[in-house]
Amino acid sequence: MEHKGKVTLMQGNEACAEGAIAAGVRFFAGYPITPSNEIANVMARRLPQVGGKFIQMEDEIGSLAAAIGAALTGAKAMDATSGPGFSLKMENLGLACMIEVPLVLINVQRVGPSIGMATSPAQADVMQSRYGSHGDYATIVLSPSSVQEMFDLTVRAVDLSERFRVPAILLADQVIGHMRQNVRLPAYEDVKTAYRREPDVPPEQFHPYRGDAKGVPPMAKFGTPYHWYANSSAHNEDSFQATSDFVVSKALIERLTNKIEKNRQEIVEVRGEFLDDADIVVLAYGCTAIAARGAVLRAREGGIKAGYLRPLVLWPFPEAEVKAVSGKAKAIIVPEMNMGQYVHPVREAACGGKAEVFSLGRPGEVFSSSEILQKIMEVKSVV
Amino acid sequence: MSKNASSSLLVDKYFYTHQFPTMWCPGCGNGTVAMATVRGIDRLGLDIDKVIHVAGIGCSSVAHWYTTFTALQSAHGRALPSATGIKLANPELTVVVTMGDGDCIAIGGNHLIHACRRNIDLTAVVYNNFNYGMTGGQVGPTTPLESLTSTTLYGNIEPPVDICKVAEAAGATYVARGAIYYIKELIDLIEKGVRHKGFSLIEVMTPCPTVFGKRNALGSAAHMWKAQKEFTIPVKKARDLTPDQLKGKWPRGVLVDKDLPEFTEEYAKLMARAQKGRAGK
Repeated sequence: MEHKGKVTLMQGNEACAEGAIAAGVRFFAGYPITPSNEIANVMARRLPQVGGKFIQMEDEIGSLAAAIGAALTGAKAMDATSGPGFSLKMENLGLACMIEVPLVLINVQRVGPSIGMATSPAQADVMQSRYGSHGDYATIVLSPSSVQEMFDLTVRAVDLSERFRVPAILLADQVIGHMRQNVRLPAYEDVKTAYRREPDVPPEQFHPYRGDAKGVPPMAKFGTPYHWYANSSAHNEDSFQATSDFVVSKALIERLTNKIEKNRQEIVEVRGEFLDDADIVVLAYGCTAIAARGAVLRAREGGIKAGYLRPLVLWPFPEAEVKAVSGKAKAIIVPEMNMGQYVHPVREAACGGKAEVFSLGRPGEVFSSSEILQKIMEVKSVV
Repeated sequence: MSKNASSSLLVDKYFYTHQFPTMWCPGCGNGTVAMATVRGIDRLGLDIDKVIHVAGIGCSSVAHWYTTFTALQSAHGRALPSATGIKLANPELTVVVTMGDGDCIAIGGNHLIHACRRNIDLTAVVYNNFNYGMTGGQVGPTTPLESLTSTTLYGNIEPPVDICKVAEAAGATYVARGAIYYIKELIDLIEKGVRHKGFSLIEVMTPCPTVFGKRNALGSAAHMWKAQKEFTIPVKKARDLTPDQLKGKWPRGVLVDKDLPEFTEEYAKLMARAQKGRAGK
């Protein structure tokens, strides 16, 4: 049932599924995997009610393949997975980037490597979400820190994927996926998301892979007079094979990457607090951001000039925002539930500024604010 | 177009001639399968805008480089799940899938089983050339025992799989085997497959003279084409033979043709139930 403009207690995964329904997702393909199962469960119930299609495929590979096929016919499509399933998506993620299919892929992160710990949270797929498929490409990765954001950022992922004709990944984690919080749900008819730009020229003048000023080509639905070829091989603007033409393939790869990287100011979203006078900034995302904010508030209470920076979009990387912090603060601490992943682009962006970058990356249990506060104290004594 | 539309009319309508010559080797049967597929589709008088061609990767899966259908070249082995998404999202489309033997039943084998089981209205045309031609002639799931390939230099010791039997066992409701030497029959088999409501699979035996033929001393391309007269047999004749007499012979024709509920139609009923607020039957 649609919750129209009211506050409801929901689980993160449920909020993700409802966000997708609100954003107009009408196709979901999935495969059972913990801790993302509830997303498929809700979609299996909700999609037929709203005229959408749900299919449980034979494996993780097939489910992203089916979402790609559906997206080509004009549907807003989604797939959700975790851990090993995310690894199995990588081939088709690259395909979706190559043929420029808008869709949303949810990864509710769990502990790896391999089967790891199916019911425990981690943030160790941050690099995989950006670089996991072979070859050069770019995608959009969002990181929710609350149940409300499971809803809101799913909507935003749909919008961004459609605007940039790219798969967008919602990189959640087991904590946010399974947490229950109050969510303020908008009336679904008020939720507006973009729809891919369709060709406005006659079929014979249609160039399926000619980017506009931003590098994004128009997209025709399969089954219309616009015949085109979603080509996983290197291809020219008319989608024909260019498997031995470096000039064509270079232009294609640059456009696929730059349509995201060069438009990052439209995509990037960060939240900051106490940054104006902060000496020590904690940069955190996902479930870790909750503890990080708590630590910063406690540090402030103790008279430490601590600040807080949270990227809601992990990729493209918020380079200007991190540079701005590193130009003023003395230190940036990056707590994350992995052996140190996002700290690397942070250090690269901070290079040349004033701030020294400290990693607080470790696998294991969810961060407490005390653990992060302790790191703030340690860092304070050396900077 | 009519049943006997001329080749040049068909070529103009269905092929991007500026993409010719094709990449297929002289004597390869793939072009014949592609043309038979186009002829089979053409006979149905469909709105060509609504016909979608999905391919995997391999020598067979380049047919769509030349045809004018809207097409998806998927990842290797993933043509069927991609096609499943297309068909489920828009059941009005006619979706024809081309795959090679390796694409279909080795790397894509799991998807084949489940597409058959689901009985979703797709038509799979499987080009069986008994080896991985594009990569230089490696052993494949259909390579005959003892054959020489670039990865079975001392002879193949793995028994081959019968694609049609797998499709039948998995629940495909139309299964046929054709051979390029019998081109008219092949066109009929494909036409029936596309017309059939439910999952259709047409295995087509197509020679690979350049690698498989040469390495196994199977003679010239013409010889390999003619050899299909020896190792295939009409399905009606095959029924009268003992297993011993059938050894080394592949039955040709319609192997399975039955009418069972089709997936996207069942899904439409499910949606109607869900919209009435009932969870199930």
